[in-house]
Amino acid sequence: MTRRGSPLVAPRVLVKGLGFPRVAPHSASVSPALSSPLPSTLDDDDAVLPFTPRGPVSAAVLTHLVDGTDTGHTALAELAVMASVDIERDDDLQLALFALYASAYGAFPAFRADLEWDPSLITTRRMIETTFERSLRRTVEVPELPAPTADAVSRALFALTGRDAGPSLSRYLARKATLDHAHEFLVQRSVYTLREADPHSWAIPRLTGRPKAALVEIQSDEYGGGRPDRVHAALFARAVRAAGLSDAYGAYLDDVPAVTLASHNTMSMFGLNRRLLGAIVGHLAAFEMTSSIPNRLYAEGLRRLGFGDDVCEYFDEHVEADAVHEQIAGRDLAGTLAEDHPEMLPDILFGAAACLEVDDRVGRHMLDAWSRGASSLRTEDER
Amino acid sequence: MTGEPVTITAYADGPLLVRGNAEILDADGKIVPRTRRTVALCRCGLSTIKPFCDGTHKAAGFRTDE
Repeated sequence: MTRRGSPLVAPRVLVKGLGFPRVAPHSASVSPALSSPLPSTLDDDDAVLPFTPRGPVSAAVLTHLVDGTDTGHTALAELAVMASVDIERDDDLQLALFALYASAYGAFPAFRADLEWDPSLITTRRMIETTFERSLRRTVEVPELPAPTADAVSRALFALTGRDAGPSLSRYLARKATLDHAHEFLVQRSVYTLREADPHSWAIPRLTGRPKAALVEIQSDEYGGGRPDRVHAALFARAVRAAGLSDAYGAYLDDVPAVTLASHNTMSMFGLNRRLLGAIVGHLAAFEMTSSIPNRLYAEGLRRLGFGDDVCEYFDEHVEADAVHEQIAGRDLAGTLAEDHPEMLPDILFGAAACLEVDDRVGRHMLDAWSRGASSLRTEDER
Repeated sequence: MTGEPVTITAYADGPLLVRGNAEILDADGKIVPRTRRTVALCRCGLSTIKPFCDGTHKAAGFRTDE
């Protein structure tokens, strides 16, 4: 059954912010800077999208994804990518791209499944991501290429990810962060972590042999090794609930800045485009290599602030897990992929360097805001 | 998985990865619980979660001969 033609039931107001009144902040126990998730009566209403557009392109894209009306977003996107000063920090374009990728993930039931491959939505996605990729390739500094051997590639990736990147979010969390900062940190993380590991899973069918086995070895652990309660995204959902936040996907999307969306869009773009296979592999290696030590510091900070094991378990788990994953990702995944496909080596390094750069921006954004005594979340004025 | 031989693989400048159905015993002979199929054993001596690796070897500049 399709929903083309006149629906039998008049559609509700489907896109939050397009005619739907904004809801007031929900809980005094978390930072007042947070916008609320939808009220509980609507919490499980699949027809409602939990976030609002940030400009003409995202508004047009969201409307199309939800109700199937072709809203002319391709023409709007074409104008917007030309006019954008910095697509990597452009709220409207990053949100539009995020939504287009969310359609492929199935992240929001309000997005119609039969529109996943809609030609005009794909055209708009390609238009935004082509410009985004070009921009990243210009701004991300890629180190000198190692020899295409597993050992050399692994060493090069550990060297790249081991560089001191300046002020550290994890050290700040460990020693100085306030309760509000901790909540903001969880909110910023939730865009990726409530769907942890999914962007890299797109690579599985595109790999063969040794790197495929290595990626599955990592992903199997990410997905709980057969135990649903150990799925890392589920551990994170438990952590945010225990911290007094909503674990509904996208509940805080309106709160996060463009850099946070861009971080997620980077891995979705790498994961969803077969031609960027090397980049998603490099991205995962860098992600894993910058995880175990920071997660120990996050857990330390959260315990200092009085959070219990229910919140910290996710971070504790990643200290041990990612110390395993980083070895597999460096040598057995990225390293053997470079041996099998030396032509992918430049993108492996690009993907790793891009991961570090876009994630570092999110960290710097939080530290900058907090050092000014401000919130890292979007203010009402910015919406 | 029980019939598979256990493998222990050395990773350059890093831990030993154990794959397969090995029991890890502490100094008192007690089984160390394993929560994942593949585990990394600390080789630098600095891990805070020994016998498992926590990545500290990187910050410490630990080097192996591999």
